[in-house]
Amino acid sequence: MLQIECPWCGARDQQEFQYGGEAHIVRPESPDTLTDEQWADYLFNRANSKGVHAEQWCHTAGCRRWFNVLRDTVSYAVLAVYRPGERPSGSVE
Amino acid sequence: MSTARRLERGGLIDRSRRIHFKFNGRDYSGHPGDTLASALLAQGVRLFGRSFKYHRPRGVVGAGAEEPNALVQVGEGAYRTPNLRATQVELYEGLTARTVNGWPNLAFDIGAINNRLSRLLPAGFYYKTFMWPRFAWLRYEHHIRHAAGLGHAPSLPDPDHYDKRHAHCDVFIAGAGPAGLVAALGAARAGARVMLVDEQAQLGGSLLHAPAAIGGGSGPEWVSELEAELKSCPEVTVLTRATVSGYYDHNFLVVNERRTDHVGPGQSDSRLSRERLWRVRAKQVVIATGAIERPLVFDGNDTPGVMLASAVSTYIRRYALAPGRSGAVFTNNDSGYQAALDMVSAGMDVRAVVDAREKPGASVLAAVSAHGIPVYPGSVVPAVRSGLQGLQQIELATLSPGGDDILSHKGLVDCQVLAMSGGWSPAVHLHSQSGGRPRYDEAHACFVPGPSVQAERSAGACRGSFTLSACLHEGADAGISAAAQSGWPGGYVDIPATEEIDEAPLQALWEVPAGTLSGDGVKKFLDFQNDTTAADIRLAAREGYRSIEHVKRYTALGFGTDQGKLGNINGLAILAGALGKSPGEVGTTTFRPNYTPVTFGAVAGRTLGEQFFDPVRKTAIHAWHVRRGAEFEDVGQWKRPWFYPREGEDMHAAVNRECLATRNGVGVLDASTLGKIDIRGPDAAEFLNLLYTNNWDNLQPGRCRYGFMLGEDGMVMDDGVTSCLAPGHYLMTTTTGGAAAVMAWMERWLQTEWPYLKVYLTSVTDQWSVMSVAGPDSRTVLKAAGCDLDLDTGTFPFMSMQAGQVGGIPARVSRISFSGELAFEISVDANQGLALWQAIMTAGRDYDITPYGTEAMHVLRAEKGYVIVGQDTDGSVTPVDLGMDWIVSGKKDFIGKRSLCRSDTDRPNRKQLVGLKTEDPTRVLPEGAQLVNAPQTERPVPMIGHVSSSYYSANLGRSIALALVKGGLSRMGARIFAQLMNGSVVPATICEPVFLDPENQRAKS
Repeated sequence: MLQIECPWCGARDQQEFQYGGEAHIVRPESPDTLTDEQWADYLFNRANSKGVHAEQWCHTAGCRRWFNVLRDTVSYAVLAVYRPGERPSGSVE
Repeated sequence: MSTARRLERGGLIDRSRRIHFKFNGRDYSGHPGDTLASALLAQGVRLFGRSFKYHRPRGVVGAGAEEPNALVQVGEGAYRTPNLRATQVELYEGLTARTVNGWPNLAFDIGAINNRLSRLLPAGFYYKTFMWPRFAWLRYEHHIRHAAGLGHAPSLPDPDHYDKRHAHCDVFIAGAGPAGLVAALGAARAGARVMLVDEQAQLGGSLLHAPAAIGGGSGPEWVSELEAELKSCPEVTVLTRATVSGYYDHNFLVVNERRTDHVGPGQSDSRLSRERLWRVRAKQVVIATGAIERPLVFDGNDTPGVMLASAVSTYIRRYALAPGRSGAVFTNNDSGYQAALDMVSAGMDVRAVVDAREKPGASVLAAVSAHGIPVYPGSVVPAVRSGLQGLQQIELATLSPGGDDILSHKGLVDCQVLAMSGGWSPAVHLHSQSGGRPRYDEAHACFVPGPSVQAERSAGACRGSFTLSACLHEGADAGISAAAQSGWPGGYVDIPATEEIDEAPLQALWEVPAGTLSGDGVKKFLDFQNDTTAADIRLAAREGYRSIEHVKRYTALGFGTDQGKLGNINGLAILAGALGKSPGEVGTTTFRPNYTPVTFGAVAGRTLGEQFFDPVRKTAIHAWHVRRGAEFEDVGQWKRPWFYPREGEDMHAAVNRECLATRNGVGVLDASTLGKIDIRGPDAAEFLNLLYTNNWDNLQPGRCRYGFMLGEDGMVMDDGVTSCLAPGHYLMTTTTGGAAAVMAWMERWLQTEWPYLKVYLTSVTDQWSVMSVAGPDSRTVLKAAGCDLDLDTGTFPFMSMQAGQVGGIPARVSRISFSGELAFEISVDANQGLALWQAIMTAGRDYDITPYGTEAMHVLRAEKGYVIVGQDTDGSVTPVDLGMDWIVSGKKDFIGKRSLCRSDTDRPNRKQLVGLKTEDPTRVLPEGAQLVNAPQTERPVPMIGHVSSSYYSANLGRSIALALVKGGLSRMGARIFAQLMNGSVVPATICEPVFLDPENQRAKS
């Protein structure tokens, strides 16, 4: 079981969190103008990285807030945790 | 015939007390300090079970968790625990134990016929033979499992309770042998929070039976001193009878502590849990789990009386018993010689030390020769002769220099015990579970831990360091550095002096050639528990298996309680030989949790039964439903009234009555379980526009609107009515089962995609009790109940809501209807829910008001063609498929909109929602029934859809159904067929899904 540092609550066991898949997938501004391929890319296609992976987690059994995690998908090491709108270093976008 | 005896002196047993127990129905006794295995051995029991596949007689091989043969089930009835190793079961007064394998009894075992047929039972035999014909496998499997069973799980409710405990520590130490003990001391003296965990009842590990002096005294004396200091440290937790069963990600470890098994049922405080599962998060881990001695692979190495050399020493030195009158040693290393010395000390006649090496270590050779024991260098035991009570004779032979052949046969030696040692396998289980990959150490012919992946280090024998002084030094270093890395520098340990001899290197010996005693059926066992032989591994290699992981699964090597403890390394070395590779190239199988079996009770803990397995949610009116005799249906975690049968009514009759009463008079439904989300903020309407397919800009306060929520893939996700309470303030209802998911969905969009929207969400599901009063008389009943609102349709139209009072209780009243009738939905503070319900029931008495349940609700809505998300939709259905294009706005964007014009969602001939009328109006189709255009027997039959909802409608006097049919919306009036599981075919006609009041006059009346 992973231990994840919630940016608001601190380190907690994985069972308090819900996984949300790849982070930083931005919903297109004007979906109507996209081709089927472009829309499918947003909707279905994911990087599935081996190695460093930016992903979303929600502290469902705690503060119920979403945040981002940089995690190594090979070692499962959590490399960084940052709030929505922030960069991994902590600087605001 | 007693072949063993208890020694007069020595050992760690309390001879002043006697403990009585039963084994296979016979009475025995032992002493405190004994295990079931040692007590039985001390009384001459040699036969402990039958093997899994060939049903060969088996005795004790080991003295700990690695024991493959002496599997027992302990206790009776509900207390029975199967598959315990007799070598780990502590005695208590009145203990009863049985062997798990051996039917009908140990001495005469019907399954032993398999042994004579063994040439017909090669590796993979069951897969190869019984899979044909396929349908018969279930019948074969029943008999195979009966013959091959490993005990019987208890069938009665467990009278014990189990609990869990969470812990955090700086330094976690697995194993309290010499390395683990000094590691704990070093870390504890630094001030770190330490957990020291050992599977045995006592700390000390190998020191409990090792002969070496340590710190000027005996091993157990030194252990007592350390234990006293550790227990005086407030930050140190010492757990005994506790197995580190798993090592998971981020230094998360699970420990299975057995708290009462050693005293037996009913003997401890009933508040004490039987087992406790510790869930530990450690900053640093020290693995000090020792090593397991390796058997030698020769014909008949499974004969009762052939034991691991270290086990022979343990039984003599710790348990003070001589395992036979005469003995011999077969070894490829120096450590095996200790068993010869120990057997001498136990008064046994030691007839031979057979050493595969040409040059035994000088020290051990001298020590053994001093007792006049003949030593045979460069020799092996290729075969043995056994009788009813096990080993009788061993054969002696010299080995060719390459080790592949027998050079010359040297005759037979009588002995009852053969102590074998093929070297040591470090217990790398936890290192492997932590993600490490063990590497092969050529010098010691064993696998040792590879680079650490997590914050862990191994120390002592589990790292391939087998001398006591190395264990102590490595343990101290590991404990001190682990503490320092967790923020506690300054630990120290004075390493005690030890007396040790210089050891000569071992000589790898993976398999011994067959001898003259061997007949046709040569059997050299690798895994005693699963009856895997050296020949099985070579057969697997011949059949094309290359990966050790595949060979393991094909031959069952290391299955069961073994999990790679005894036979693994021998097996992979033999595979390596067959493939022309080195053991290092073949590698080990992955060691997985659990190290030893963990009971379901421990895993479940307190999370049991109706109370704690899953929360049960009940509405404020629940007690009334129970008194009224309602049958309940589970919807998510909620208990909802399903129907309210009267005396003599079956479900069908009750539901028909409830449906007719609601359409013709008045019914009342407890709708409190629907999800309710309070939405506030200046951007609430904009947010609703994004969530729902329809437009929300123009919804005025006091008005209600039905909405569909889609996933971004365009598929229907949830539905419900949302009311505008005030500008920027809405109350959304969701389906009962979807409430939590919808709330999470909305939160996610707000937090991650549209954080600039000023909207706040609050779940208010539990705060409101909701009841729906439906039917032509509902307005009258509501007035009679003391509603202070003007209920006339002119002032209170359909799809509007008002705040007022009903019977003096503040209420929100909405004119919304899921039944299609004139209906009022009344929401009150949940604390007033039961009072209002009772007031409504009293007011409705003159109108024969009828409470109705979810089944009648389903029938009534199906008569109107209203869908239930999750029943008439399945995640592949769009609003267009449901014929509800009217609810999809073309003017704005919303979640899922773009997906509705993807090539797949846009194509004709998608499955679409239609009504179905069977030609026989009394015939109710089963839900899920497959639909076809024409009945046919030739397969495959093209399927065109399925029935999603189906009921008998008492109001319409016929059956009705909703179905998803390919291109159904353009096939009104078409005749299709439901092809049922029992082979029958039911003709039906496609129709509009609205069966009653298509103009919706009743709801608006």
